[in-house]
Amino acid sequence: MNERQIDLEILRYDPETDEQPSFQTYRVPCQEDWVVLDAVNYIKDELDRTLSYRWSCHMAVCGSCGVMINGEPMLSCKAFVRDLPDSIRIEPLANFPIERDLVVVMDDFMGKLQSVTPYLVARDEKSIDDGEHHQTPAQLKKFKPYTLCINCTLCYAACPQYAHDENFVGPAALALAHRYNLDSRDVGRAARADVVASNAGIWECSFVGACSEVCPHEVDPAAAIQQAKIAATMDYFLGWLRPGREP
Amino acid sequence: MSPRPYIRASSTTGWWLAQPRYVRYMAREVSCVFIGAYTAVVVVGLLRLAEGAAAWVDFVNALQTPASVAFHALALGFALYHTATWFNVTPKAMPMQLGEVQVPGGVIIGAHYAGWAMVSALLLFLVGA
Amino acid sequence: MARSHKPIVWSLFAAGGTFSAFVTPAMILVTGLALTLGLLPAEALAHERMLAVVQNPIGKGFVFLTVFLPAWHAAHRLRITAHDFGIRADGAVASVCYGLAMLATVTTAVALLRF
Repeated sequence: MNERQIDLEILRYDPETDEQPSFQTYRVPCQEDWVVLDAVNYIKDELDRTLSYRWSCHMAVCGSCGVMINGEPMLSCKAFVRDLPDSIRIEPLANFPIERDLVVVMDDFMGKLQSVTPYLVARDEKSIDDGEHHQTPAQLKKFKPYTLCINCTLCYAACPQYAHDENFVGPAALALAHRYNLDSRDVGRAARADVVASNAGIWECSFVGACSEVCPHEVDPAAAIQQAKIAATMDYFLGWLRPGREP
Repeated sequence: MSPRPYIRASSTTGWWLAQPRYVRYMAREVSCVFIGAYTAVVVVGLLRLAEGAAAWVDFVNALQTPASVAFHALALGFALYHTATWFNVTPKAMPMQLGEVQVPGGVIIGAHYAGWAMVSALLLFLVGA
Repeated sequence: MARSHKPIVWSLFAAGGTFSAFVTPAMILVTGLALTLGLLPAEALAHERMLAVVQNPIGKGFVFLTVFLPAWHAAHRLRITAHDFGIRADGAVASVCYGLAMLATVTTAVALLRF
């Protein structure tokens, strides 16, 4: 296997000693089939044990290893070095506060996920003895893509509106809300609307579409938000015509 | 809890220059300036039409000056870009599912272009006839 | 958080965006370029012809839509674009943008009703 010497320029930050972050470069002999995560693990194992970063599954299902690679939000376990130049700049995910090195503070995102009532508000409250909710394949297909989110927050790093306004509920949380709103078993759209249909919710989005472009699982949060805008608009006007109507 | 999180500043004016996808987005957004300006031209034309034949002839002549032609050519470019970007996202905003089959985005977009061609041809025909 | 009133302007934005996507390129070609390029004879935009268009109800309706819908679409998008360029005074920007759209709407409606 051929090795390629790649310079990884990584943004370091030690909250205990640093006033601000600074770049540190490491030269790593990379195998042909490596991903960026392999190179970073090499640095940690062989060159600099102080480097801090998140990772877990190494197969793009856990959502832990999101970083900026040459300015693009990517999962480091999904970014193959063969697709990258000899110099790779790695920074923590944009639009999040840096905790340490490549580790960002995720609290804001966690709060937003919780705020959209991200669970089934069932039409028929059933006990186990009553049996399962019935759903056809066609009904499942309507919301299936929006169930695939792994909460990696690459979409938040790509979103210029989130960059400008940290109050924006954001792509992943709104896609999750849409997942439940589209679910035939769910009647929670009204409960979610105070957050979803607020100025900081779907209406902050200007359909840049970067979120869907960087999503590693093709969840398409941009589509979810535009569909939610149409649904919220219909709710709004139908609410005038029929006050007290539950959306 | 983070002892001392570091918050990075981001540009509020030139952020979109950092990546081609953001430049394309801003080009799409800026199309509204030209569509708005063209709409203003239509309003002015309507007012000139109301003033009488002489004012109207002056207006039509002004439309054919180099500056006007340059503006309209630029506006046409941006209007077409608006059309293309608008049609391209229609399948995302209004997906169509028939039974278990998702109507392909290309079909929806193609139908829009077909409709656009028909509307444009009709307008050209009505004016030219 | 409360439900936003954005649907009011957004529905106009969406309707206007759709209308201008279909109609505006041809309109620009016909009014702004066709005469210069020789695609249409000068008589196509003659005064009497144009009067005939705005004096009949269908013509009035079409001309009104040609101003009303794109104006509100452009106004809303311009508001967002100002924000994207870093202008954060959204209240002031919105007032100017929608104010211009309202001006265009009223001017056109009054002019068309007088024909």
